[in-house]
Amino acid sequence: MKKADEILELLKSNFPDLPIEMDSETPTEPIISVPPKEIDKIGVFLRDNEELLFDSLMCLSGVDDANGEKIKEADESESIKGGTLSVYYHLHSTSLKHKITLKVSTERESPEVESVEGVWKTADWHEREAYDMFGIIFLNHPNLQRILMPYDWDAGYPLRKDYKNPEFYKGMKVPY
Amino acid sequence: MGLLDQEFSDSNIVITKAEDLLNWARLSSLWQLGFGLACCAIEMMATSASHYDFDRFGVIPRPSPRQSDIIIISGTVTLKMALRIKRLYEQMPDPKYIISMGSCSNCGGPYWEHGYHVLKGVDRVIPVDVYVPGCPPRPEALLEGLLKLQEKIRTESLSKKSA
Repeated sequence: MKKADEILELLKSNFPDLPIEMDSETPTEPIISVPPKEIDKIGVFLRDNEELLFDSLMCLSGVDDANGEKIKEADESESIKGGTLSVYYHLHSTSLKHKITLKVSTERESPEVESVEGVWKTADWHEREAYDMFGIIFLNHPNLQRILMPYDWDAGYPLRKDYKNPEFYKGMKVPY
Repeated sequence: MGLLDQEFSDSNIVITKAEDLLNWARLSSLWQLGFGLACCAIEMMATSASHYDFDRFGVIPRPSPRQSDIIIISGTVTLKMALRIKRLYEQMPDPKYIISMGSCSNCGGPYWEHGYHVLKGVDRVIPVDVYVPGCPPRPEALLEGLLKLQEKIRTESLSKKSA
């Protein structure tokens, strides 16, 4: 059983060159921020280190932080420029019974995160969902295509805060 | 205008119009496409099961659209599924009927505003005969919908399809 700050210390001592920080202010749980292009190596370490043994990726979810510049469009709608998209990883160790939350943030305009599909197989569909809903590109994912929306959906990523539904999809009217 | 009103009891003869006979045959064996979409499908299955017994009205689930007379749209119609529903409907032989079951397939239901993936009513892709309101409708409501459809078929005309 390891506490979040002990896990943070282990991470920092093993990856001294990387900017790894912890946010303990969140009321629900401490969140460790790591760089998006290194999450796969950090994942392997968290999974295989004998003191950590995070063998289970409970959940992987995308988040639109909507912290960029909000621009009013001519039709009263809003679009967002700049800022970040994030991916959260909820890890659990079934043998040591401890948990941790990781976070990576990436630029909204070119959101690229290294895939952890090779570390935890669960991540395959979760990453496809985050790609489908937020347009986050997971580098080195074996099959990064839409999973929920139609494969030929070209109207953007529905869970982004500035998403606009199209008027028609294949001749079917979409709005109410 | 029941079919058996003009029955001669002693000689097993019934006098009726060909139209009435056809309509009676159609409405008495509405074979249903075995097709469910969401939570409404659970109620539809309950309607098929022994307690409510859809079969007493001649409704039997068929595994193929080519053997079906009726399709019950039982649940949320996503944009992805709408294209498949349209194809299934087109594969059914005439005469064919549609019951739209529940708020989702009637008009989008709870997804009417923010459901980026939901078709706001299945009648945007296929013609609906009977709408059954509810979220989901109880089996009694679905049975009522079926009886309404049967009434519709009873008054159909050979020269002009009204239902």
